[in-house]
Amino acid sequence: MTTFSTDYLSQLESESIHILREVAGQFERPALLFSGGKDSLVLVHLALKAFRPGKLPFPLVHIDTGHNFPEALSFRDKRVEEIGETLIVRNVEDTIIKQNLTEPKGKFASRNALQTFTLLETIQEFEFDACIGGARRDEEKARAKERIFSVRDEFGQWDPKLQRPELWNIYNGRINKGENVRVFPISNWTELDVWNYIKRESIALPEIYFAHQRSLIEYQNQLIAVSPFIQIDDDDVILSKKVRYRTVGDMTCTAAVASDAETIDDIIRDILGSRTSERGETRIDDKVSEAAMEDRKKNGYF
Amino acid sequence: MDLLKFMTAGSVDDGKSTLIGRLLFDSKNILIDQLDALERVGKNKNGTLDLALLTDGLRAEREQGITIDVAYKYFSTPKRKFIIADAPGHIQYTRNMITGASNTDLIIILIDARNGVVEQTKRHTIIASLLQIPNVIVAVNKIDLVPDAGSVYESIKRDYVKLTKQFSLKNVNFIPISALNGDNIVENTRSFNWYRGPALLEILENVTIENNINLVNARFPVQYVIRPQTEEWLDYRGYAGKVTSGIFAVGEEIIVQPSGISTIIKSIEQDGKPVKQAFATQSAVIQLEDDIDISRGDLIVKKDDALKVTNEIEVIINWMDRKVLVQGNRYLLQINSNITPVVISDLQYLIDVNTLEKHNSPSEVKLNEIVKASIKTARPVAIDSFVNNKSTGAGILIDQTSNVTVGAVIIQ
Repeated sequence: MTTFSTDYLSQLESESIHILREVAGQFERPALLFSGGKDSLVLVHLALKAFRPGKLPFPLVHIDTGHNFPEALSFRDKRVEEIGETLIVRNVEDTIIKQNLTEPKGKFASRNALQTFTLLETIQEFEFDACIGGARRDEEKARAKERIFSVRDEFGQWDPKLQRPELWNIYNGRINKGENVRVFPISNWTELDVWNYIKRESIALPEIYFAHQRSLIEYQNQLIAVSPFIQIDDDDVILSKKVRYRTVGDMTCTAAVASDAETIDDIIRDILGSRTSERGETRIDDKVSEAAMEDRKKNGYF
Repeated sequence: MDLLKFMTAGSVDDGKSTLIGRLLFDSKNILIDQLDALERVGKNKNGTLDLALLTDGLRAEREQGITIDVAYKYFSTPKRKFIIADAPGHIQYTRNMITGASNTDLIIILIDARNGVVEQTKRHTIIASLLQIPNVIVAVNKIDLVPDAGSVYESIKRDYVKLTKQFSLKNVNFIPISALNGDNIVENTRSFNWYRGPALLEILENVTIENNINLVNARFPVQYVIRPQTEEWLDYRGYAGKVTSGIFAVGEEIIVQPSGISTIIKSIEQDGKPVKQAFATQSAVIQLEDDIDISRGDLIVKKDDALKVTNEIEVIINWMDRKVLVQGNRYLLQINSNITPVVISDLQYLIDVNTLEKHNSPSEVKLNEIVKASIKTARPVAIDSFVNNKSTGAGILIDQTSNVTVGAVIIQ
């Protein structure tokens, strides 16, 4: 007997593929933001499902802060080569020089905010009208409010008080010249869904997601990898610990978690037992203020 | 494991966000760092945690203590996975409430026990009925604040049942709760000895997820045409889309609408691999036997089950823009991937949310008003009625000059 129902992972997958095809159908120059992190790897996997045997109807774009984990970058390049698609990389470093931007200072000086300048510059350079990103609503309370098609003005700004209604599965991507739409196909996925999907689909990940030995310093109960990008003071103690990364952002603002999880099953078990959220555990940049993410989004951040 | 999407509705301050906060808190779905953040900023005057702040994520919402836009929250129990939409209650933000309501399996309508059925209760009930939300739970909140709670509860129940007589609402359940105290949310706390039913979470875990999806009438809106044009795939021409209802199988005779050309399904693919059939709501790629002209916006359907193709559509519009709708106005009508210029040819009557009376031939339709209207389309459009098929029976109106979505369209 055939049953005509699907489990929730397949439902989420189908919804995401539908959204990606709407982007291809509605926009002239879309792009997919790809960092080599787990969420963007899932996005690329979904995009291949949506458009094979054709080429992807958009390039992959990475805004490189210069502070990335080398493991994530080499994985990014390896994946791009495997699938034979186009990758555009734009460096925050170049924007800093060109636009005379001031580098933030301090112990964990992060280029997180500067990333927006390079992103907007890249959008302008290639006249991208839609940028697909791997943000999820379960990550953060401002993200929990955002539409799947999120219209941004010329300055990339999000106006949370004036979002378009988004009804059924009908997406309105019409914009004026200069505006762009940020599209979030995996909005409705949770961290656990992403991991279960990675397992089901055997999606390969950079090794830093799995437990490995690393030199770190402990700062306000968070483990930060020793790297040329952070300032190590005399009273810092350099530890060697077995850790993994739950999210992969910049080395300056992503914390590791102590873990023995060497396989995807181990990680899923870890997450099921975890009492802290993904970003809460691993992102320093969200802790600036109560509305740190909302404020960054209003200024053009993804 | 299955997935239930539900939302909260009701008037401002009826406790929608608090209810969701309570549901997450008592079911141990709030994480330590989120709780820490709440400890820092989220204290009520009496020192208890303000659980509403878990979903009121925007600065303006926190400042004003109201919900402006829908927040989505995700949690699961051993029995089920849930996606919650916490929708605003303020009339000004009804369009955001509709955004949540259009994709939900169940709506919890909160009623403040002290106020009973009010205008927003009626408005949200009309919307639930218009959008055919398959399950309704009426939660009488703040029941601990009224004397003689049992009879207040019974009388609100009677009022609501009377109200729903005029609508086609399915599966209506009632429950008394106190979201603030956590009474009857996750566990039946037996605070009300006159109530014998299950706690809210128990209802949510056990309610049948009504098959919202029509598996009879096969519809496949074409979103995108895949043409690799490589040596290996020289003649490949695949129509990418999602089966929005029904089932398609290889070898079946189909018609392309609105053009009416017929052919046969040569292959169906998912993830680049051939499959024998695809059903709602799977995404797929369909290849056809004959090389015919099909593009985004066209609809593939079975030969003996075509849709009505017409230039004139009878609709109910929920108006969502500050600029008023006037007879003769021009918009774009988007149904799935199909976009057609339309003119609003006749405004027949407004539905008064308070009295439920019909006001004939309105001169204009204002924000949040509901109107029965006729639409004339620039090209013939293939339509279903919303009652028969949600996916091909609903659309949105777009203002071409502002690009904003201004109306929710329910096809009659």
